[in-house]
Amino acid sequence: MSSLFPDPLLITGLAKSFGARRAVDSVSFGVASGEFVALLGPNGAGKSTLFQMLSGLFVPDEGSAVVAGADIGQSPIPALARLAIVFQQPALDLDLSVEANMRFQTDLHGIARTEAKNRISHWLERFGLTERAAETCRQLSGGTRRKVELARALLSEPQLLLMDEATVGIDPASRASILSDVKTLCRERGMGVLWATHLVDEAEAADRIVVMAAGKVRFDGTPKELIKQSKHTNLTDAFLDLTRAEGKP
Amino acid sequence: MKLLHARLALAAITGREVHKFLRQPGRLASSLVRPLLWMVVFAAGFRQMPDLGNVMPFNPDLDYRLYMVPGLALMVCLFNGMQSSLAMVYDREMGVMRLLLTAPLPRGYLLACKLAGGAFLSVLQALAYMIIVVVWGIGLSPWQVLTALPALVLGALMLSAFGLMLSVYIKQLENFAGTMNFVIFPMFFLSSALYPIQRMQNAGAEWIYQVSSFNPFTHAVEALRYALYGKIAPLSLAVVVVSSLVFYLVAAAGYDPQRGLVKSGRG
Repeated sequence: MSSLFPDPLLITGLAKSFGARRAVDSVSFGVASGEFVALLGPNGAGKSTLFQMLSGLFVPDEGSAVVAGADIGQSPIPALARLAIVFQQPALDLDLSVEANMRFQTDLHGIARTEAKNRISHWLERFGLTERAAETCRQLSGGTRRKVELARALLSEPQLLLMDEATVGIDPASRASILSDVKTLCRERGMGVLWATHLVDEAEAADRIVVMAAGKVRFDGTPKELIKQSKHTNLTDAFLDLTRAEGKP
Repeated sequence: MKLLHARLALAAITGREVHKFLRQPGRLASSLVRPLLWMVVFAAGFRQMPDLGNVMPFNPDLDYRLYMVPGLALMVCLFNGMQSSLAMVYDREMGVMRLLLTAPLPRGYLLACKLAGGAFLSVLQALAYMIIVVVWGIGLSPWQVLTALPALVLGALMLSAFGLMLSVYIKQLENFAGTMNFVIFPMFFLSSALYPIQRMQNAGAEWIYQVSSFNPFTHAVEALRYALYGKIAPLSLAVVVVSSLVFYLVAAAGYDPQRGLVKSGRG
């Protein structure tokens, strides 16, 4: 790959310990432009810790994470400008309107007001939220709130979108619709997506699956390859086998 | 960091503080009732007792209620500073803080925006209180309030920075109520807010006098008191500015996003 167009994400030997526990242990993988990568792992596999490091909230003990050419450790500000995150825990100001929540984000990213206005109305329309723009987020259902968070994340036109178990606690219909929206956007915009989940069905349609367990990468390849290398015929069993394999420490 | 970006972020963060404040009319009401209660009720019985003679920059015949004005104006700021830092702990628990910390801006600048937002609200509330005192007609003139504005802004910044520092070191919302009692009351009572600290010394309470004279709150009050009478208290102003810087730097240095954001680790 030309260094003029670096991959949205390149992780090399990333590690983080809490006391004696290696929460993330020498993790290396990448996400290419337009690629949808599912980061699959059981609870406690280290996915959240990995995400905290990718978003600059945690400082890694070792290794590096480069977001579209900017190292998050060495030049956090350009790196943060190129990525967007939808957190596992909702991060909306519930007393502000949908539009005000979105404007808060464009201001934090330094997008001039006229441009911000265009982008906000574009993304609200794209997610069918135009009529709800003036409602406070408290009035919205869990699924709709998530859509607002996704729309908000896209305002800065990121090259990398991080989704941290973004569909937890949401009804199946909204879950499916968010998943398909993100996949479409990934193709349309050539944006890299890293989608952390513990749900195998969400990983099924990914371009690539990275399986994590006990802080380590256990598998990195296409869903088909994952099934093929196991003795099973479906992804769930292959995944369970893989995360059980080397057992708990 | 581009100028436009810095300006938009500052407007967004302070705007959010103001918006939150406007949503809670009870907060303005209580911030006004508190000092006025002191002035009406406390001063009713107490105004004959303190000896204000030889207290700069007063003339000795001045009304005790006017002596209270700077201390109470800064009490308003102290409460608001605590409230802002409480809101920050709340933001941290609600996830909004993550959004702030993952914005492409230097962390120190984001904290400074928070600080500016808190101080702005403090100044507004303290001004509202002083305007009521002006209208009350016990001898405070609008000009005095105007000349005191810079000193008020400095005091408000110092107390907001103090609140910011506390919010960094207080991990959980539940610990906050206790901290307020351990912080607000000693800071207010061990100062020159209610009567000149020289009176403590005269009464033989030497250690109280010593503690009070090192209390940055005393200096914020004195800086404001002098400013109200068109005078400058250089030592007090210096203490206020240096304390603000120290509080802010301690807050910025201690701000570890790894803490309080996740349940694992040291949460």
